[in-house]
Amino acid sequence: MAVEFVARGADLELVGIRKEFPGFVAIDDLDLKIPAGEFFALLGPSGCGKTTTLRLVAGLDSPTKGKILIGNQDVSNMKPHERPVNTVFQNYALFPHMSVLENVAFGLRQRKVGEPLPKAIEALKLVELEHLGDRRPTQLSGGQQQRVALARALVNRPSLLLLDEPLGALDLKLRRQMQVELKAIQMEVGLTFLHVTHDQEEAMDMADTVAVMNKGRIEQMGAPEALYERPKTLFVSKFLGQSNIFVGDVSETSGDSVSISVAGRQIKVPTNRAEKTTGTIAIGVRPEKAFFHEDAEPSASAGLNVVGPGEIIDIRFTGVSNQYLIDIPNLGEVTVFAQNIGKSPVTELGAKVWVSWKVEHSFGLADLPEAKPKGN
Amino acid sequence: MSTQLSVKKVKTAGRPKSPKILLLLLLPGLFYLGLFFITPFASLITTSLQAPVPGGGIGRYQPGLEFGNYVFVVTEYFDQIVRSFVYATLATLLALVISYPIAYFIGVKARNKPVLQALLLTLVIAPFFISFLLRTFAWKQVFSQNAFLSTALRDLGLMADNEFLLGSSFVVVFGLTYNFIPFMTLPLYTNLERLDTALLEAGSDLYAKPTSTFWKVTFPLSIPGITSGTLLTFIPIAGDYVTASGNFLGSPNTSMLGNVIEANFITIQDFPSASALSVLLMAAIVVMVSVYIRRTGTEDLL
Repeated sequence: MAVEFVARGADLELVGIRKEFPGFVAIDDLDLKIPAGEFFALLGPSGCGKTTTLRLVAGLDSPTKGKILIGNQDVSNMKPHERPVNTVFQNYALFPHMSVLENVAFGLRQRKVGEPLPKAIEALKLVELEHLGDRRPTQLSGGQQQRVALARALVNRPSLLLLDEPLGALDLKLRRQMQVELKAIQMEVGLTFLHVTHDQEEAMDMADTVAVMNKGRIEQMGAPEALYERPKTLFVSKFLGQSNIFVGDVSETSGDSVSISVAGRQIKVPTNRAEKTTGTIAIGVRPEKAFFHEDAEPSASAGLNVVGPGEIIDIRFTGVSNQYLIDIPNLGEVTVFAQNIGKSPVTELGAKVWVSWKVEHSFGLADLPEAKPKGN
Repeated sequence: MSTQLSVKKVKTAGRPKSPKILLLLLLPGLFYLGLFFITPFASLITTSLQAPVPGGGIGRYQPGLEFGNYVFVVTEYFDQIVRSFVYATLATLLALVISYPIAYFIGVKARNKPVLQALLLTLVIAPFFISFLLRTFAWKQVFSQNAFLSTALRDLGLMADNEFLLGSSFVVVFGLTYNFIPFMTLPLYTNLERLDTALLEAGSDLYAKPTSTFWKVTFPLSIPGITSGTLLTFIPIAGDYVTASGNFLGSPNTSMLGNVIEANFITIQDFPSASALSVLLMAAIVVMVSVYIRRTGTEDLL
């Protein structure tokens, strides 16, 4: 075998990857570097190219252009069975005619590793399924099958483990539970994980680094907190959580902040949180960082952005928080989340309120919404 | 296969509300079985035990319990019996080897190309549009002594002047294979059409070369298709009396059980021997098929 199988993870590097399918470009000039041992999530809506990226790394498809390096070795021209990579498939793809144990031992047997069965049993122990080794995969529940798929991949100690929406077929509760287990296993084995998902909560919960993909490109990449607190594009601000977006021309640039004027109001963003400081720009704020005031307009001086007054047109109770939708004339709809701590400020529809948030919570985007500005 | 499906349906169907209705619904089927299976079968068995009328002419027999008929046919036609099963095994294996790639291509590779898939399936079935006899007869023309194939072989020095293609074992096995290929291809196709290609990707992802993936994944998963295909070819081939007959591709040296039975019934008019051979053929096939199905673990087919 051409590749030495390492016990710890290896770097993955994608250089100028482009993948065309007849009629469309799935991935457009993608550069990506994942350091060894990291839990990396590729997050994006369906059709954004994330699964294609994964298949290119696994060797199940070949790129139109570009190079794939695993641990500094170019694997672009290697067949899937020659790559030091294992995949947990979306629907697990367990072999139905083999026992669970034989499924797990498959990769070891193919590589002619000594003592495949004891090693497979060890891997099943890791996912706490050693007592089900004799069963057929179809006799297991979805969550158990998922863990068998994980054991079957992990037992090979690949340099890189690819996970293709591995939790997609599980129900919500099981999914959250598997997230915790998956993360724990990753920390235990120390392999590089490349996880593909469309579930932003899953990505933020597990990954060290999240890359948000859209239309075959990576829009933004970083630690989950950084991405959430400081989205740089409209897509990221809306795909990862929710955002209120305001668009206006830059009216004033002071030392540390940029202002735009919208509907007769000045909305400020710290200069170091703005991607663009001239012309028409979009400024956003997360709904949970905004507050509303029903009695009087708060003073804008104390580092606050204030908009309104507007009318509460919808209230949603979600348990953890109340979500208020406020319609502000000439500005659109603004969403405010108020934590449910037992004293809702306003409970009735139609109340007249102002919305405020700290300037330091604003973020300036690099692009603009296509349609009329509207709060989300 | 439809047989597989119907068995599953029966197993999962709910309990009938009234046994009377069930009986009523079964009646036409039972009547059919009684008339067209049990009756001839009983007649066949009694005929197989008949003894010649003392002093009677050709074809004159009376009821009896002549079990010696069975011993006689086995010793007399031992060669043909062995030949039948050897030919049937060879032709079935050949049909499998030829059909598997075809079925794989139509069922897996052409899966996302419905037009191509339909076209290829039509090509597989197309021979049925022409009578089996006519097609076999056409092959007789192709293999005949003065046709291009024979003259070419002779000109190339690959065949002596006194050698014939027609009547050789090779041509008979060829004809049998040809005639029964669709019966192998179609069940294999229905099986492979459902093959989950993610499993093949999983195989290659787990370090299996394409050949190992085939033997470890594709082949074991296609065993139900192989079983129904081999049954649908082996059983009729073992009893075939057209291809191997002297009127078509065979000669006396290639006679199979079917030809012997035909000759005994129609030419020699030795009805007890013909019947005994038929019963033996049937019994042998039932035994072989049961063992085979046990071995391949596809009891669902029965």
